[in-house]
Amino acid sequence: MTSATTILAQNVCRNYGSYVAVCNINLELKRGEVLGLLGPNGAGKSTTMRMLTGNLAPSAGSIEVCGIDLLSNPQEAKMHLGFLPEIPPLYQDMTVDEYLVFAARLHRIDTYEIGQKLDGIKQRCGLEDRSRHLIGTLSKGFQQRVGIAQAIIHSPDVIILDEPTVGLDPNQIREIRKLIRELGNSSSVILSTHILSEVESICDRVQIMCKGSVVFDQAITELKQQETNLEMIFTQLTQGLIKRDED
Amino acid sequence: MIGTIIRKELKMFFTSPLAWILLTLLQLILTWIFLGRLDGFLEIQSQLLQIANPPGVTEIITLPVFAMAAIVLLMVTPLLSMRLIAEERRYHTLTLLMSAPISITDIVIGKFLGLMVFFSMAIILIVGLSISLLLGGDLDFGLIISNTIGLLLTAASFSAFGLYISSLTAQPAIAAIATLGGLLGLWLVDLVTGENNQWLQAISLLRHFERFNQGLIDTFSIAYFVLFIATFLILTIRHLDGERLRG
Ligand SMILES: Nc1ncnc2c1ncn2[C@@H]1O[C@H](COP(=O)(O)OP(=O)(O)OP(=O)(O)O)[C@@H](O)[C@H]1O
Ligand SMILES: [Mg+2]
Repeated sequence: MTSATTILAQNVCRNYGSYVAVCNINLELKRGEVLGLLGPNGAGKSTTMRMLTGNLAPSAGSIEVCGIDLLSNPQEAKMHLGFLPEIPPLYQDMTVDEYLVFAARLHRIDTYEIGQKLDGIKQRCGLEDRSRHLIGTLSKGFQQRVGIAQAIIHSPDVIILDEPTVGLDPNQIREIRKLIRELGNSSSVILSTHILSEVESICDRVQIMCKGSVVFDQAITELKQQETNLEMIFTQLTQGLIKRDED
Repeated sequence: MIGTIIRKELKMFFTSPLAWILLTLLQLILTWIFLGRLDGFLEIQSQLLQIANPPGVTEIITLPVFAMAAIVLLMVTPLLSMRLIAEERRYHTLTLLMSAPISITDIVIGKFLGLMVFFSMAIILIVGLSISLLLGGDLDFGLIISNTIGLLLTAASFSAFGLYISSLTAQPAIAAIATLGGLLGLWLVDLVTGENNQWLQAISLLRHFERFNQGLIDTFSIAYFVLFIATFLILTIRHLDGERLRG
C-alpha cells in the first residue's frame, strides 16, 4: 500500500515572517490519483505547491516523494517531480525546441532519448508547428503549453500544476484536461484551479484550502453520490470562514 | 549537470548581440593599443640597441596590453554578469532550475564557469596577439604566462563578484551598476590609501594583478584571488539557498 504512495506531506507549515501562509497541511497521494486544490485567492495553494516541489522550505513538517525525503535528499526526490509554477518559467529568447531540450537535460534525460521525448511531448501539447518559434513571440496560451510540456517531459511520478488551464482557449482546455487525465493514469497529479467544474471533470479527489488550512477533503465519487454541489460547499466554507473572521 | 548550465549560459551569451559587440570591442581596443605600442617600439628600437641591458619586446609591448586588458575586463564584466541570476529571477525561470534535480552549487558554479569560458576566449585572443610578436623577434614566455594567469584570475574574481551581486536583485541594470561600482572600488582602493596602509593595499585587486603583470607569480596573490573567488561563489550559493528558507 505504501509503495503506491507517491507524495506524502505531513503537518507542513509555512510562515512569511509572522504571517502564517500555510498551516498544518496533510496530503497523501497514490499513483494514478488526480488531486484538485481549490481555494480563494491567497489561500496558500501556490505556497503549498512550491513547498512540495522544493522551491520553498517548509517552516515545519515533512515531505516525502516516492519514499524519498525532499528536505534531506532534494536532488533524488526532485527526479520524480514535474512542476508548472503559477507563472511559467520560460526563457523568452529561446526557441521552443531549445527550451525543451534544456528542460530535458536538466531532468537528466539521456541525450539519445531527447529527440524522441521532444517529438512526443510536442505532439501531446500541440506544439508541433511551433518548434522554431521564439518563446517570447508565442501567445499566452502557447506559452502555457510550453510550461506544461516542460513539467512532464521527463515522465515524472508526481506532476504539480499551478493553474494549468489559465489562458487556454476552450479547445485547448479540453485537450489539456484530457492530457491531465491521461497523466493521472500513470502518475499522480496535483493541480490548483479556480474553475470548479474542472475539478469535477478531471479530479479523483478535491481539497479546499482557506487561510492556509485544508477545510474540505473528499473523493469526487463520494461527492457525486451525495449529489452535493461543489460550488455550494466552496461558498459556504470559504465565505463562512472569511465572514466569521470579520465578525 | 554543470555542463548543462554552462552550455545554456554560453548559448544565451551568444544569441544576444551584446556578447559579440563586447568581444569585438575588446579586441579592437586591445589591438589598437598593441599596434600603438608596436609603433613606439619600432621607433626607439635603434636607441635600445645602444643600452647595455635593454628591455625586451615583451616588456614594452605586451605588458601594457595586458594591463589595459584587465581594465577593459573590469568594464565588461558587469554587462555580462548582470543577467546571470537577476534575469532568471525577473522572468521567474529560477523556479525551473530550482525544481530540477540539480543542486544550487551546480547552478552557481555552472554560471560562473560559463562566464569564464567566455572570458577565456577573450584572453586567448589577447595571448594570440602577443604571440604574433614571435614573427619579429624573441619573446619572454615566462612573462606572457604569468600575465595570462594573472588575467584569468582577475577575470574570475570579477565574475564571482558580479555573479554574487546579480543574485541579490531582480533588476539586471541595478546589478550592473552595483557590480561596476564595487569592482572599481576594489580596483582602486590602493590609489586612495597611502603606502603605509598595509591592510587596504592587501585587498586591492589592482595591486595583486600588478604582481603578475610584472612577471611575479606570487603565492600570496594567488591565495588572495582564490579566496576572493571562493568567498563570492559561496556567498551566492548561500544567498540563493537562503531565499528558499525566507521566501
Ligand atoms: N514571498 C512572500 N512574502 C510574504 N507573503 C507571501 C509571499 N508569498 C505569498 N505570500 C502570502 O501567502 C499567502 C498565500 O499565497 P499563495 O500565493 O499561496 O495563494 P494562492 O492560494 O496561490 O492564491 P491565488 O489563488 O491568488 O493564486 C498570501 O496571503 C500571500 O500574500
Ligand atoms: Mg496561486
